Amino acid sequence: MLCLKFVRIFAPSVLCFVGMAAMTGANPAHADNTPVVEITAKRFAFSPNSITLKRDQTVKLRVHSEDVTHGFFLRPLKLDEEIPAGETIEVTVTPHEVGTFMPICDHFCGANHGNMNMTIVVE
Amino acid sequence: MNRPDRRSFLRIAGSSLGIGVLYSAYPAALTQGEANSMFSALGRETGEKVTPFSFVQLSDAHVGFDGPPDPLGTKAFERAVEMINGLPQRPDLVLFTGDLTHDTEDKDVHIQRMKQFQEISKKINVPLIKCVAGEHDAGLDGGALYREFFGEGYYSFDHRGVHFVGLDNVSRAKPEVGGEQLAWLKKDLARFSKSAPIVVFTHRPLFDLRPDWEWFTSDGDDVMNVLGNYDNVTVLYGHIHRDDEHEIGNVHHFAARSLIFAFPDPNGASGPRKPVPFDKDHPFKNLGIRTVNFHGGSQAASRAVSIEDIELTAREFRNINGIQQMLREPAV
Repeated sequence: MLCLKFVRIFAPSVLCFVGMAAMTGANPAHADNTPVVEITAKRFAFSPNSITLKRDQTVKLRVHSEDVTHGFFLRPLKLDEEIPAGETIEVTVTPHEVGTFMPICDHFCGANHGNMNMTIVVE
Repeated sequence: MNRPDRRSFLRIAGSSLGIGVLYSAYPAALTQGEANSMFSALGRETGEKVTPFSFVQLSDAHVGFDGPPDPLGTKAFERAVEMINGLPQRPDLVLFTGDLTHDTEDKDVHIQRMKQFQEISKKINVPLIKCVAGEHDAGLDGGALYREFFGEGYYSFDHRGVHFVGLDNVSRAKPEVGGEQLAWLKKDLARFSKSAPIVVFTHRPLFDLRPDWEWFTSDGDDVMNVLGNYDNVTVLYGHIHRDDEHEIGNVHHFAARSLIFAFPDPNGASGPRKPVPFDKDHPFKNLGIRTVNFHGGSQAASRAVSIEDIELTAREFRNINGIQQMLREPAV
């Protein structure tokens, strides 16, 4: 199971990065020292296309769309977000199960939409 | 006979192993006399007596697609039309379960693709053709262009005592039906008894078949909760470009193959989905047509149905030889 806290941010914001990264692709950033992982969505890929998280460790995923509206969906981690064009959403997750997961864009965004995915490894 | 509340009074037989699927509605587990009596009672709900008939499901033609998984464009679609027209028993109708066309951001090009779809499909010699949209038809513009060509995104109609419901789980861009359509569905089905024969046709699966391949509908459970109130429901869908059959509660789900290229078996496959590569020596491999024919009579319970799978071969494609036929055991 996963704990989620969702906040929509309507413009990219500058974060203060402090501390050490606890997982691949993560920056300890928020005032509460919760690591932040920045993800960019742009037709038809997420960047980075793979991140690694630690089991039972809370992290904030900040997903920014550089072009059109995208989705960010992952059933096992109960992620089901919509990222409006040019905006950023933030979701807090605490993965409790080890494994390899594949979030997808589930908001149809064009011809290669079906190939828009990334990997989240929880170890 | 009283209220027709007995299960399996009518079966929608057929599965999708080919270019298209031919389904037959027929009496099952009943004698001819029982069937006639029950069908007459059911007829009072739809205004028409239930009588045996057959229909075809086609899906995912992607007219306008031109890529490595299938460089032949509309050839399989056109061949499917020929095969349907050559069937010994003319189907009553064709249901097309989405992705009639391939998406493009050029509206004029998309218009041409929809016109091309209509030009090919109008050659099908059936009295009635009904469609629902796929995400490649309707995902980029909320279904506006699709509705200009094909009418409402969701609707229902009755045919020979069977209630057909077309559902739209693509126009909201995300894989969902939405509250407005769900409310309409409840209202649409309210007049029917628990035993009414219902066929739902839609694009995406209404259950979690493979969510990480986007083979699901996010509010599919809400739809199934509505359909779960009825004993004789068949759901036909496309999207997954392969045959599939699931039984969930009282509801039977069948997927049809694509008319453009196939996806692999999701069971055991890890990582992203990838189309089955095009085989130039067998351009229609995995494509074909399944026919299901009801022979009628009192033996309808088991073996009165014959199923024939016909696979197109490379030789057939080159017009050198006839089609290769494979007979399989009845699935019902």
